[in-house]
Amino acid sequence: MKTEKKDMAAALPMVGPVTLWLLFFVALPLIFVAVISFCSIDQNYNIQFQFTLENYRRLFDASYLQIYAQSFLIAALTTVLCILLGYPFAFLIARTFPKRKAPLYMLVIIPFWTNSLIRIYGWRSFLGTNGWLNSLLQALHLTDTPVDFLFHQGTTVLGMVYCLFPFMVLPLYTAIEKLDQSLLEASSDLGAKGPVTFFRVVLPLTASGIFSGSIMVFIPCLGFFYVSDILGGGNADVIGNLIERQFQSGNNWPLGAALSIILIVITLLLVKLYQKCGGSMESLGV
Amino acid sequence: MGERKVTVKLEKLNKVYDGQNHVVKDLDLEVYEGEFLTLLGSSGCGKTTTLRMIAGFETPTGGNVYVEGENMENREPYERNVNTVFQSYALFPHMTVFDNVAYGLTIRKVKKQEIRERVLHMLELVQLGGFEKRYPSQLSGGQKQRVAIARALINRPRVLLLDEPLGALDLKLRKQMQLELKRLQRKLNITFIYVTHDQEEALTMSDRIAIMRDGVLEQVGTPLEIYENPATRFVATFIGETNLFEGYISSKKGEEMTVTVEPGMIRACGTGFREREMVAVSVRPERMKFSSVPVEGFTISGEIREQIYAGSVLKTIVVLPNGNEVRIERLSSEELPKSGRVYLYWNKGDEKLLHSLDDVFFDAVENVKMA
Repeated sequence: MKTEKKDMAAALPMVGPVTLWLLFFVALPLIFVAVISFCSIDQNYNIQFQFTLENYRRLFDASYLQIYAQSFLIAALTTVLCILLGYPFAFLIARTFPKRKAPLYMLVIIPFWTNSLIRIYGWRSFLGTNGWLNSLLQALHLTDTPVDFLFHQGTTVLGMVYCLFPFMVLPLYTAIEKLDQSLLEASSDLGAKGPVTFFRVVLPLTASGIFSGSIMVFIPCLGFFYVSDILGGGNADVIGNLIERQFQSGNNWPLGAALSIILIVITLLLVKLYQKCGGSMESLGV
Repeated sequence: MGERKVTVKLEKLNKVYDGQNHVVKDLDLEVYEGEFLTLLGSSGCGKTTTLRMIAGFETPTGGNVYVEGENMENREPYERNVNTVFQSYALFPHMTVFDNVAYGLTIRKVKKQEIRERVLHMLELVQLGGFEKRYPSQLSGGQKQRVAIARALINRPRVLLLDEPLGALDLKLRKQMQLELKRLQRKLNITFIYVTHDQEEALTMSDRIAIMRDGVLEQVGTPLEIYENPATRFVATFIGETNLFEGYISSKKGEEMTVTVEPGMIRACGTGFREREMVAVSVRPERMKFSSVPVEGFTISGEIREQIYAGSVLKTIVVLPNGNEVRIERLSSEELPKSGRVYLYWNKGDEKLLHSLDDVFFDAVENVKMA
């Protein structure tokens, strides 16, 4: 017991600042959000410290339910597209051109270093009615009037895929690289052609990568409000947009707080599900 | 007995990596039906590469692989009637023992009932009955090895390729598996091509041994031939223990020669040697004799340094004046000098006369002379 106390005293200078940091910047704000989610507002949208479940009741309004469904759809589409694009790419880096690993890897990482908001605005000016793509199409006489690329769910999904692609590729790459080459040889040796080997050996053994990549893409999608704001123009709102709106233009903090809490709960449930299916927290970087 | 049927034929097989690393050089080899052939050599001699070319994992830079007379060029591994047991076992970790063994049959779309019967029978054969529901991670090294063997054999290949399959096992288990593999091979009458660097393993299991060095076959023969009649200096030292005496042929009468070595003179016989040629004389410890009096034809003597009684044999180490040690193994029942100066000799024909320089090198020297 005595040594334990001593150890704790020794560890305090190291653990202390981190604990304080977490306390002030994570725990307290969270508690604050939780508390105001049960508060009511007066006519002037000022927070009244008066307990109510009204905010939570409103979460089940039909218009909100529709946005949740849309969020899930957008997140699911983004995840599937990320898998379909990310898997071959990760395979390419890990297996086909292992010697060119670094430059290929950089193709994913370098855009990642640039602020994603700026990159999303880039897409907007690229896809806009006066954007480069439309100018090109008109110059080639493929179309007379500008095509409306922006402000669809599809455009939002495009932006999400673009932003979250690295989060899919990295865990996939790790899983594929770990794959023992001799297992692929053994499969071929036992009579399996490429596709059979892929579905029976490669895919099951890299499923963990797909799994953690999916979690890391799906969850942020639900909250990526600026992507759907800039590229979706209100036609492709996700839960994040609802929250943002309540805190900004709606000025209804208690409702926004309740929405935030529900998003946190959804996230925790998804992570729990992920763990239950055998996913490791380590591959999520936890 | 008529001509034996050739199952695998390698013809001028070559493998060059990155245009400069020549790992297999002009390899010619015939492996017969139902034979246990071992490719023996130290690491990096090209034996595993040769095996991988037969399996189809590596494409030969030159030459051909034939399996039952068919050229395997451009045939993928899954198109060859050959199976491999990998050094690392390469069991599928996400499948049970049953599914691992059944893999080849499932892919060939064999009926479920037949798969079940054959897998269970195969598991019995490798003494793993009752293990079918386990996963590879729940097995010991020896058990994994058996699963790997069962998984390969269930496809009834014409040839089974084994790449140091016992390398990761401890000594006792290795000895046991050696005998089991041999038993399986005899029972199923499948051609085994076995790669190892362990000469004892090769001697115990093989019908024939092919010794490789630097991508070249040094000698192919039965264990007895290779031990008793090594073709090269390398083979003599690589297989078993031997005493080598280096010197030159000082006189020659037909096959009878006198070889002058550093510590004295030796009588030896052999064909295809020139007078004054540099040679090495190899004598196995159990063929070596010693006496306290000189023997006609031999003038090498030394001091007994050590005598070790090892049951039926007495091991004696004699030190020559030049400091070299000679190992001798005689039956403990013989009357032998215990210490002091002794003269070394052996019966006529018990020595093996070898060219001191590799043929390649010798030819090169000849070419320089001619130029």
